[in-house]
Amino acid sequence: MDIAAIITKIFVKNGLVMSFMVIGICVYISYFISDKFTNKRIHGSAIAIIFGLTLAYIGGSITGGKNGLADIKFLSGIGLMGGGMLRDFAIVSTAFGAKLEEIKKTGLAGILSLFIGVISSYIVGVVLAMMFGYKDVASLATIGAGAVTFIVGPVTGAALGASSEVVAISIAAGVVKSILVMVLTPFVAKSVGLTTPQAAMVYGGLMGTTSGTAAGLAATDPKLVPYGAMTATFYTGLGCLLCPSILFLATRAIL
Amino acid sequence: MAIYGVALLSFCMFAGVFIGDLLGISLGVKANVGGVGFAMLLLILITERSTKNGTLSAKSQEGIAFWSSMYIPIVVAMTAKQNVVAAVKGGPLAILAGTVAVLVAFAFIPILSKLSVSSDKSADKGINQ
Repeated sequence: MDIAAIITKIFVKNGLVMSFMVIGICVYISYFISDKFTNKRIHGSAIAIIFGLTLAYIGGSITGGKNGLADIKFLSGIGLMGGGMLRDFAIVSTAFGAKLEEIKKTGLAGILSLFIGVISSYIVGVVLAMMFGYKDVASLATIGAGAVTFIVGPVTGAALGASSEVVAISIAAGVVKSILVMVLTPFVAKSVGLTTPQAAMVYGGLMGTTSGTAAGLAATDPKLVPYGAMTATFYTGLGCLLCPSILFLATRAIL
Repeated sequence: MAIYGVALLSFCMFAGVFIGDLLGISLGVKANVGGVGFAMLLLILITERSTKNGTLSAKSQEGIAFWSSMYIPIVVAMTAKQNVVAAVKGGPLAILAGTVAVLVAFAFIPILSKLSVSSDKSADKGINQ
């Protein structure tokens, strides 16, 4: 009897249910560490997120795949639990109990934050790419778009015909951004005043990465999640709209 | 029943994503524009009204509240499937671009938050006058 094979088979067959158990254990360990070793100073979910990212690194290193821990066969169910479908479903559910007045209050600042977020990230990406020796506008725009999010980068690259090497860099830049937002947010939240629904909406608009914002706010204050997530979901669309068009043309005109 | 709340939630998600797709196509963008955001707005509008007039029972609300409480575990699962290896291997340009973009964005938070507060105050003044 090959016990390991039997267990693997059960885990693969019931992937989603398995992931509830595995993630439950991860969250338990994280909150335990938060409680006993940091005196709750570092929030349990912040530790859980760093824990998850570490596991993703280990999974990716072992398998050479793109989906972190989910590429390990018997843990593939994690891909379903952490995939876009359940993520969006859970994000929408957080809106239950959010106040419409709070959203209305942010109005102009929220819209402004979206534009400033996309344009400032794009400029940062373009300037750094120039410093690294890139000269053609398509490559510059693609790397700039990657600094917006890891979806905007490849969309822009495809539209402008950038090389696959440049597209890969743009995706990596977006992933770095998203991971940093997850990890840094709980630690800098207080010093930048990320404590009100209004600030959360501005933050969502500036950062944009839905996964980063969602995780970063969860570790900061779960009550703020719906406000940040709401603006963040407009960011990728705005980025896909501006980067290959207006921002690309502006870059070409300036250079 | 809890399923009513869950069904309402999934209706909102599909309606929102549908609007986002339509908006994306009409803008000529290869992406969903704000689909989840529209879904959230829809959920807020429907639940605000239906909890007030009692159409959405406490049991039905539990169905939505359950998924809301599963949000952090789902986010943890999401982090566990990120391509962290690619981010680390993306080289100095990718790491720098991602990092500086985040730092710049953080710097803007206090400025823009102030704007939302001050525009709020000016609106109040307008009413007082």
